[in-house]
Amino acid sequence: MYGLVPASIAAGSFAPLPALLAFSAAPLAHLRPLDIAVIAIYFGMVVWIGIYLKGKSNTSEEFFMAGREMTAWIAGLSFVSANMGSLELMGWAGSAYQYGILATHWYWVGAIPAMLFLGLVMMPFYYVCKTHSVPGYLDLRYGGHARSVAAFSFAIEMILMSGVNMFAMAVVMKVVLGWDITFSIFVSSIAVALYVGLGGLRSAIFNEVLQFVLIWGGALLVPILGLYQAGGVSGLKRQIMTNMQSVTGVSSDSYFHLWRDTAHFAANPMGVHWTGIVFGLGFVISFGYWTTDFLVVQRVLAARNLRAARMAPIIGSFFKMAVPFIVILPGLLGLVLLQNADGSRRQLVGEDVVATCSLNSSGQVADRAACSAAMSKTNLTAASRQKVLAGGDDAELHSYNQALPLMMVRYLGPGLLGLGITALIAGFMSGMAGNVSAFSTVWTYDIYKPLINKKGSDSHYVMVGRMAIVVGVAVSIGAAYLVMHAHGIMDYVQALFSIFIAPLLAVILFGMFWKRATRLAGFLSLLLGIIFSAGLFMWVKLTPAALATVALSTGAKPMAENVFRALWAFLFAAVLVVVISLLTKPRPAAELEGLVYGATKLPKEEPVPFYKNEYIWAVLVVIIFAALNILFW
Amino acid sequence: MHGSGIPIWFFIGVLLLIYGSLILGYGIFEAVIGPMAPVELNYLHTPIWWGGILAAIGVLYVVKFRPGRTSK
Repeated sequence: MYGLVPASIAAGSFAPLPALLAFSAAPLAHLRPLDIAVIAIYFGMVVWIGIYLKGKSNTSEEFFMAGREMTAWIAGLSFVSANMGSLELMGWAGSAYQYGILATHWYWVGAIPAMLFLGLVMMPFYYVCKTHSVPGYLDLRYGGHARSVAAFSFAIEMILMSGVNMFAMAVVMKVVLGWDITFSIFVSSIAVALYVGLGGLRSAIFNEVLQFVLIWGGALLVPILGLYQAGGVSGLKRQIMTNMQSVTGVSSDSYFHLWRDTAHFAANPMGVHWTGIVFGLGFVISFGYWTTDFLVVQRVLAARNLRAARMAPIIGSFFKMAVPFIVILPGLLGLVLLQNADGSRRQLVGEDVVATCSLNSSGQVADRAACSAAMSKTNLTAASRQKVLAGGDDAELHSYNQALPLMMVRYLGPGLLGLGITALIAGFMSGMAGNVSAFSTVWTYDIYKPLINKKGSDSHYVMVGRMAIVVGVAVSIGAAYLVMHAHGIMDYVQALFSIFIAPLLAVILFGMFWKRATRLAGFLSLLLGIIFSAGLFMWVKLTPAALATVALSTGAKPMAENVFRALWAFLFAAVLVVVISLLTKPRPAAELEGLVYGATKLPKEEPVPFYKNEYIWAVLVVIIFAALNILFW
Repeated sequence: MHGSGIPIWFFIGVLLLIYGSLILGYGIFEAVIGPMAPVELNYLHTPIWWGGILAAIGVLYVVKFRPGRTSK
């Protein structure tokens, strides 16, 4: 999900995470017995749910598709929860600290239009053709070659991303709580393998809904108490306005505007242009993720009927619009409320600076010259720099990504802190479980069944799915340790998603809405689009100056590269689909029934009261979405 | 949820009830003997009202979605 990962992470600030392993400063928080009990009860509950649901996951339809009996609410909450990993929670809070409410674009324009489009326009085709997966849809529409390219890409990306997330979680637990890396990796992995392996997708979805509630229950107090202490929204604004101009060098007014300062790359703290936000993020990356990434689409495919499948993303969009309250707001509050022990304002810096200023065993900065040079590029005051170099209590630096846990430690006492930490762990586990359950389905239905064993029994495929979960978790653990020892590969792993998703979106959209698109066009466009996208990524990686070409401006920052690369890859694949389709023979219209707009008779839905009508709720979402964007223009 | 026996909302209710009771209990204990952790805004007694809210929601869900009752 590189295109959707927090700016502070996509900009590479998580790349030096392994360097933090040498960071010998005291952990941010100390858990008390009540906190430990809260965390232990959570682990007990998720495993209990897995054990309880094992008896209800015996057939492949039950194990891989949760029996296709989820209500719209459950599918909708699971749909949003699978995307709410703690990397996102912590990373976007850190991004808000750095860039202000511009970070909210990834929750609003970068999600809401795509979620509505999935529910109202695309879901009927996914649902009517009864596919088990997104590669499965490609198989029906374009044939086995396109399916195989997508299936292998998904499988590799999901399992590696799961490993990267696992490692990132373990590092966070080490930095925040001082927990051993191996302990964190194995405890969370075993719990996920147990509850997904036993109860399949149903268990993953159940736990995602549970985790969604916990994330809110654990994180909601921070903005409530923070706003109270800051004197409300007006107090927060006033303090940022008066304090930040001298520190950030950017007009602090920019921190409160979503669109006003995006006409020029250099006019806003994030260095993005509105065209990149609208077309790159709002269209290609967002639509690619929310409408074609099997990790989230699988949750909606498990809905009990077409109306529930259409309502699920719409219900999810309400909650998605609210997430900035527990993610973006704490980041902004951190700007004015975080303090050192002596009462001075605590300034956060990038992970790279924290790593460069890591302490040696005697509690002093290990490399003073490098640390001093790194700090000189930040907005740290001279007094703060001196304090870091002098060492001692409360002298260590903290990164942007620690804004959320630091705010938790500030306000949450025993029990509540355990709940907050449980919210972070729940976020990590829901993301990991989502990846692993989707991997199991893609492996079994789109790789094993068509390419290795076509004639297995239903129970055989369930067994293969369970084994895939165990193997998937094991490979994820291997990937986590690989990243630990060769952290440069983390950038590449995170880029896999965005390299793959843009051409996939082009191929699926043309497949779903253009009868003329042919099998060969689908396969070649997907394959060549992925190669083109990977080429752009490597070009910028090897020649950083190429960023200005890819993002169309010398003022562009790394986030701009993500959105523009996705845009070019989408356009490249789209042109290929059209050109190759016009040069090759189309499929007979009769073969496209249930797959393509204009060739499909959608099932007539029973009339329902207005409050159950998906279009009514979608209109309400659009009104709220527009109002929020105007309010924070 | 149909066909799965115990609804997910019941599990959520149980967890919120347990968490709410623990946090509320601690909040009352802390109110009697004084703060045990140096957190900001201690005087608001957050564990009492937040624990109470969690426990109340938990009770509501446990009762409404208890096994044996018609599932939604």
